[in-house]
Amino acid sequence: MTDIWAGLEAAFWLIVTLDSDLVEITLRSLQVSVTALVFASLIALPFGTWLAIRRFRYRRTAIAVLNALMGLPPVVVGLIVYLLLSRSGPFGVFGLLFTPTAMIIAQVIIITPLIASITHQAMRELWAEYHDLLISLNTTKRQRIMTLIWDGRRALLTAALAGFGRAIGEVGAIMIVGGNIDHATRVLTTAIALETGKGDFALALGLGFVLIALALAVNILIHSLSRTEQEGRW
Amino acid sequence: MSLALSKGVVKRRGKVILGPVDLALNAPDITIILGPNGAGKTTLLRVLHGVERLSSGALTLSKPDAQARQEQAYVFQSPIMLRRTVRANLAYPLELIGTAKPVIAQRVETWAERIGLADALDRHAPRLSGGEKQKLALARALIREPDVLFLDEPCANLDGRSTREIETLLKDAHLRGTQIIMTTHDLGQARRMASDVVFLLGGKVHERGAAGRFFVTPETPEAQAFLNGDIIE
Amino acid sequence: MIRLAVLMWLALGGVAFAETMRLAVTTSFHNSGLSDVLLPVIKAEIGLEVQLLVVGTGQALRLGRAGDVDAILVHSKAAEDAFVAEGFAPYRREIMYNDFVLIGPAHDPAQLAQATSARDALKRIAAAKAPFISRGDESGTHKKELVLWDAAALEVSAFDPWYKAVGAGMGASLNTASAMGAYILADRASWLNFGNKTGLALLYAGDPALFNQYAYLPVNAVKHPHVNAAVAQALEAWLVSQNAADLINGYSINGERLFSFNAQN
Repeated sequence: MTDIWAGLEAAFWLIVTLDSDLVEITLRSLQVSVTALVFASLIALPFGTWLAIRRFRYRRTAIAVLNALMGLPPVVVGLIVYLLLSRSGPFGVFGLLFTPTAMIIAQVIIITPLIASITHQAMRELWAEYHDLLISLNTTKRQRIMTLIWDGRRALLTAALAGFGRAIGEVGAIMIVGGNIDHATRVLTTAIALETGKGDFALALGLGFVLIALALAVNILIHSLSRTEQEGRW
Repeated sequence: MSLALSKGVVKRRGKVILGPVDLALNAPDITIILGPNGAGKTTLLRVLHGVERLSSGALTLSKPDAQARQEQAYVFQSPIMLRRTVRANLAYPLELIGTAKPVIAQRVETWAERIGLADALDRHAPRLSGGEKQKLALARALIREPDVLFLDEPCANLDGRSTREIETLLKDAHLRGTQIIMTTHDLGQARRMASDVVFLLGGKVHERGAAGRFFVTPETPEAQAFLNGDIIE
Repeated sequence: MIRLAVLMWLALGGVAFAETMRLAVTTSFHNSGLSDVLLPVIKAEIGLEVQLLVVGTGQALRLGRAGDVDAILVHSKAAEDAFVAEGFAPYRREIMYNDFVLIGPAHDPAQLAQATSARDALKRIAAAKAPFISRGDESGTHKKELVLWDAAALEVSAFDPWYKAVGAGMGASLNTASAMGAYILADRASWLNFGNKTGLALLYAGDPALFNQYAYLPVNAVKHPHVNAAVAQALEAWLVSQNAADLINGYSINGERLFSFNAQN
């Protein structure tokens, strides 16, 4: 219990004094995870929607694979991305290993299946509701996808937030591909792992509370923004 | 537009649920499709609209298919509301075909006025009452000024007042040149609206004729029984 | 407002320094806190931003082999010699040493406090079958531990079950030892800096067999043309300078000196 109090106290002082290292790694955490979220959403939202409305022979298999990919162990993703981006790997010439870009790539791979799968679930329901109308109006496939994405944006936001939550709390993959380099690739989660390793539980826990507060703040911010737009209809 | 179905058959899981049907429909009729439950009314309507595929037989339209589909509209028994405002629901079919924004705005105003929802343009459509929803669905179907309008029991769940409003809108549309093909359970509505009747039984056209004659002197005993309100299979 | 946010976003990603290099170092070196002293001075004196990758010796050598870092600073002589022999580094340069210490439960069931040598200390642990935590991660510390058991003529594979290989870093392993009341081999720097010493004590140290030599190995630019050999050279020149010697010899925690500079010029 004393450790937890010490952690709360450490978090309090870190935030109150606006510790410059804390601000830096917090912003980097946000930068990496939000960028990963944008790219993952650009892939997963249309793909999940497409999967909900398109009938093709291996659809069930594709959905099963997608759901399985949701459980991808981040460490394995990290290792594979590491081997691909290593100077001795196929994409070594780009020199991306141990940069925020590498961390973003790993996170995109981890959260895309999650977002696509939640999107698919939500879009399938909406599609069942809209199906007859959109068919009757002789819509093109593109128009259908755009309509479903627009009208299902609340569910898609939930999917995206789930992806963000997974990304910002992830440590295994970004530790391997980012290297936890101070002032370059250190983020909240890798800093927590580092401080735990040093036995400084109070600081580790303090950073942990900052991470939780950050995730909460982002969720509340996004929900309140969308609520203003939607006039409290949600 | 004229629609002609020749030897049209629809099977589901190997079972024939419609046909074979030979049927020609022409403007400017108001065709009412009558028949007991399970006679295939909705299936026939969907086949004519082109959203239900024929297992065999052919549907011939007097216009090229793509154009014909653009000039048809369909109103479902339980209205499908886009999760948007009334305004956005009305604008949607026009946006799909790339109508200019000022034209859309003007037509939306006009139709909102006609269905009495001018003050509700910014309300969320799924929150309207049943009657309002069906009127909105009808306006949304008519906003492209279609050649042909299909309606599947549009007044099945509505009270008398809403039913009368819908019928007035349909007659107006018909006067403006829209051919109407609808199913109904309501014999009173059929009598008020129809110029042409198709009586379906067991997936086949059992009797066909002008409304004036059909309602007075039906040719088949089953049609007679149906008009008398007897239960027929 | 949005434009400002975008600008800040880009700025955050593109913080650029005149010169940067990547140096893989061992966890034990980083945990000592010495890097926090040296890196700012290096940046101030030779304008070099050293990015540390803190990993085990095994992974540090892998990173060097793959050419993913410009140089490595590790402490495992046999592995370093192999690394040089395979041509991944042109040479190894000894910089400094610290020492390993034996940590254990404060009540010391194996009586390590009376040990006469490192070999004797390990024999006491084995005889008492007292719980022992091994890093088990191919790190320099792990390799040192295996060498010491070997020197004591003891067979690790026969130890079961009091010998526990946890496959973790120094800090995590110390946390485990603390929780289990087990013995463990640690480098002095990690031990002094470790924040969770509950129930543990330093029980044996001082045998020259426990010395821990750190060496600097620049990655061979012939094998990996993209490595920044010039800055690796510059860092090496600084590390063996008098300035570095003073900082390294002068670094202490709670009044205890941690490292001895021993680079040959």
